[in-house]
Amino acid sequence: MIEARTATAGERHMVTGDYAAAWGAMVSRPQVIAAYPITPQTMIIEHLAEFLAAGKLDAEMMRVESEHSAMSAVVAAEATGVRTYTATSSQGLALMHEPLFISPPMHLPIVMSVVNRTVASPLGIWVEHNDTMPQRDTGWMQVYVEDAQEALDMVLQAYRVAENPSVELPMMIGMDAFLVSHTIESVDLISQEAADKFLPPFKPVHAYLDPERPLVVGAAAPPEYIQEVRWETDLRMRRAAEFLEETDREFGRTFGRTYGGAFETYRLEDADAALMTLGTVTSTAREVVDRLRGQGERVGLIKLRSFRPFPADRLQDATAHLKAFGVYDRAVSYGVGGPSYIEARNALYDTTTMPILGFLAGLGGRDVTPQDVELMFKKTLGAVGRGRRASGVHWIGTRGVSP
Amino acid sequence: MTTVKDLPQEDYFLSGHTACPGCGGAMVVRETMKVLGANTVVYMPASCLLIFSDMYPYNAFKVPSLQVLFETSAICASGIKRALKRQGKDDVTVVAFAGDGGTADIGMQALSGAAERNEDILYVCYDNEAYMNTGIQRSGTTPFGAWTTTTPLGGTSEGRGKNEFKKDVPRILMAHDVPYVATASLGFPADFLRKLEKAKAKKGFRYLHVLAPCPVGWRAESDTTVDLAKLAVETGIFTLMECEDGVLTLNREPRFTPVREYLKLQGRFKHLKDDQIAAIETWVKEKWERDRALAKALGPKPKVPVAMTK
Ligand SMILES: Cc1ncc(C[n+]2csc(CCOP(=O)(O)OP(=O)(O)O)c2C)c(N)n1
Ligand code: SF4
Ligand SMILES: [Mg+2]
Repeated sequence: MIEARTATAGERHMVTGDYAAAWGAMVSRPQVIAAYPITPQTMIIEHLAEFLAAGKLDAEMMRVESEHSAMSAVVAAEATGVRTYTATSSQGLALMHEPLFISPPMHLPIVMSVVNRTVASPLGIWVEHNDTMPQRDTGWMQVYVEDAQEALDMVLQAYRVAENPSVELPMMIGMDAFLVSHTIESVDLISQEAADKFLPPFKPVHAYLDPERPLVVGAAAPPEYIQEVRWETDLRMRRAAEFLEETDREFGRTFGRTYGGAFETYRLEDADAALMTLGTVTSTAREVVDRLRGQGERVGLIKLRSFRPFPADRLQDATAHLKAFGVYDRAVSYGVGGPSYIEARNALYDTTTMPILGFLAGLGGRDVTPQDVELMFKKTLGAVGRGRRASGVHWIGTRGVSP
Repeated sequence: MTTVKDLPQEDYFLSGHTACPGCGGAMVVRETMKVLGANTVVYMPASCLLIFSDMYPYNAFKVPSLQVLFETSAICASGIKRALKRQGKDDVTVVAFAGDGGTADIGMQALSGAAERNEDILYVCYDNEAYMNTGIQRSGTTPFGAWTTTTPLGGTSEGRGKNEFKKDVPRILMAHDVPYVATASLGFPADFLRKLEKAKAKKGFRYLHVLAPCPVGWRAESDTTVDLAKLAVETGIFTLMECEDGVLTLNREPRFTPVREYLKLQGRFKHLKDDQIAAIETWVKEKWERDRALAKALGPKPKVPVAMTK
């Protein structure tokens, strides 16, 4: 860590996911950063403060008094025409809920890393996606990453997608508490020069505050006007899917790494049954796929990265040949099931009658073991040929509850 | 120093806004904008001001303006200023106009944070002593005894208007040791103007608390706005003060006109009984004793030892 702090950029170093995210933010050259500490996001802003103190980062850093203010500060700064960055977790994101709604209709492409953590109650600091998932309808794009490298790379990609004039929507990047944020991995710390080639300086297109060209940003509006704003924001979210794919390909051409855009597939082509995961469980699931394949089971995997925009069309194509589909979630919409399970069923309703099963596991940060994932695959395989009636939500690894 | 007569003809907060006749808040904003001029960016929260000045497709400001949320005036003004600084436009004045509710209550956290960080903004609170935009509910700055829609009248001790006294927001801001904290009243335009010019010229966090009568919420005639603002000062109910770099000055020794003269012009105090009026009189007396003692105590700040400034 100490070594990496002073290391020259563009080399491989052993760093945490938080360090990687902070590095990604630094080489994206944000002009204003505002943040408030919360475990396990704290190291992101500590590292940014270190970069600033060391003269490696040149930005206005606002050490604000709450997350509500952190988000409001970057909204105001972005509305003044500069690139901004913030990071949070859990309760912090919940406190940001109100200002989250502001930037999408205002065309403000803010980027934020969110270390996914349990939202109380009960209070817990370990991974769960019940902080980001409920922000689904705020108009923010949401991408989930699997490891430290992706946490870094996605910051650069996020600005490219968010600032695209056809999109101009903010993006949050979800990274699992501790499993990504605090796990030390070998990471390619992209150099400033390379980052600059991939990510040009931010040029605000229209909505920015400047006494030279007076403009109202964020007025009140009567019903005669608001519905069109909603429609237009919805349109940009739909458009974003395409730019997400394009940006990932472009990133691959520059850095030699791609992530599959909205989702990545693994041994899916000839699979009968597949599981969709998001976050770090994906790494475990890949191993399980290999093991089951070794036993002759035709199983595959989809690593969902983008939850908003939700890649419904691509998912329809990718799953057309499947006979059963399982969807894993690390958050629950009480009384219904996992949020991405709900999305997947909605997306696939028109194109398939195969059973779609929902799996809930690892809530509150509980480990999701290879056995847990294997059970998900087995249940999905067991539903083959049984039609939609075999669908349903299963709690895996819950004390006193048979899955 | 500019006098009221020399104020520019040009307005940056234009007529055509939809405030009620006699709205003190609109007058505060207009006078402030005359002093701040074209090189200004305005923030405003949810409030009467937002509704009467920036309801799409209309806009009363000739300078750029931003609205985000009710409680985010201080932080959003700070965010604008930091971004302008990065763009090399540090000469632009960033002003937040906020109501008493958006300042004293829900906005206090962000306000205190921005003051503590000494953000380079001017914060103007137009104090109409209630949540007017949502229909005259009590706020932290609503005075003792006042009727509001959440302190209605009735036969019990809960039915005698507001039971608490006004929150002293300027004193809270003074505790942050910011470069400038001042109060002003529409009844004393020269004093207000002088303070605006001073606030404009300074760097760092500047706070102006301006009494802005609201004829609708105060249940008063719309042509009494300025008289009420004057009487609030002359009765000793509202103190004109300024605290510059830690030195507190009381700007006007009032005539101590009987408080009844002020109260009787406002329907919101119509129900007050003698014991409540006596309580207000005692409150005024004690406030002046305390403020005088404070002004005496708060001389120039001790110099920071040389070693600590390094
Ligand atoms: C978080 C939040 N809570 C409540 C409201 C509703 N609200 C809008 S304006 C307002 C009162 C404003 O009072 P004040 O700040 O004194 O300004 P005034 O309308 O009196 O000028 C309230 C309660 C809101 N917009 N946001
Ligand atoms: S209700 Fe009061 S504060 Fe609001 S616009 Fe009317 S006079 Fe002004
Ligand atoms: Mg008010």
